[in-house]
Amino acid sequence: MRVQSKKYDMAECDLTPMIDMVFQLIAFFMVLINFGQTESNDRVVLPKSVLVKPPEEVLKFPIMLHVASDGEVIMGGETFTVDTLRLGLNREISVIRSLGKEPSEANVIIRAHKDTPAGDVQEVIRVAQEQQLERFALRVKEDRQ
Amino acid sequence: MKLRNQKEPIKHEVNMTSMIDIVFLLLIFFVMTFKIVEMEGDFSVRMPLASNQTGVVDDTELPLKLRLRADAEGRLASIQMNEVSLGTDYDALQSTVIGLVGSAAPGAASEDGPEIEIDTDYNLRYEHVIDAITAVSGYKSGDQTVKLIERIKFARPRR
Repeated sequence: MRVQSKKYDMAECDLTPMIDMVFQLIAFFMVLINFGQTESNDRVVLPKSVLVKPPEEVLKFPIMLHVASDGEVIMGGETFTVDTLRLGLNREISVIRSLGKEPSEANVIIRAHKDTPAGDVQEVIRVAQEQQLERFALRVKEDRQ
Repeated sequence: MKLRNQKEPIKHEVNMTSMIDIVFLLLIFFVMTFKIVEMEGDFSVRMPLASNQTGVVDDTELPLKLRLRADAEGRLASIQMNEVSLGTDYDALQSTVIGLVGSAAPGAASEDGPEIEIDTDYNLRYEHVIDAITAVSGYKSGDQTVKLIERIKFARPRR
């Protein structure tokens, strides 16, 4: 007996629009991904101000200090108190000196939590001043309203 | 002429499964790591040690004194500008500064403008200090920023 082979219809769906969209989404997220997260710290929520704008040029010789709401200072992943901060700053200053620059040319960027007592921030500034640092930048979130 | 046994053209089907797997993995990775970047900016404060500063007193103007008092919970209790009490109103502070400095300040005060010394209670929350700095630094007029006082320093911390 002759058996007639039946041809099954393959349900083919057109994947082109889906792949188009998926590639578009990937491109969108890739462009917007932010690799510069190292600057921020989870313990710090910055206060807001309408006046600040993102800096046009990067500050030279930055020393980033995160001040948490309990007054602890985080610098380069290490936690300091106001009393021990001098040691950490000295390390940074010795790096700056090894580059042939003076501490007064360094920029201390202070990222303090919005609920930190202002006195704690002032203490951090005082300790930095004692190490001959004199340029400070109080980092604030831009308020667009 | 009718041709018999004509061969059907061979269909080359590309297997898309592996590509779609990887593409979806990438998509999920980027979606999970996506975080809207919040713009940040700086208030610049140049503050050498007090002992050095006595020799570099501004000869045209004495520093304005801004006193911020806090209640027990760190909220703003009062603002005092050059011994004049302004309640807790940042707008009043700003109009006082405009009155003292003048709206024509930005041109003249690009280098050696007036200076303000902020003397705050120890426990006042930092965000109130930033609000006060915002009020004395300038204001927004449309898209333009009018600058008032650019030289800011802190008094010694009060314990």
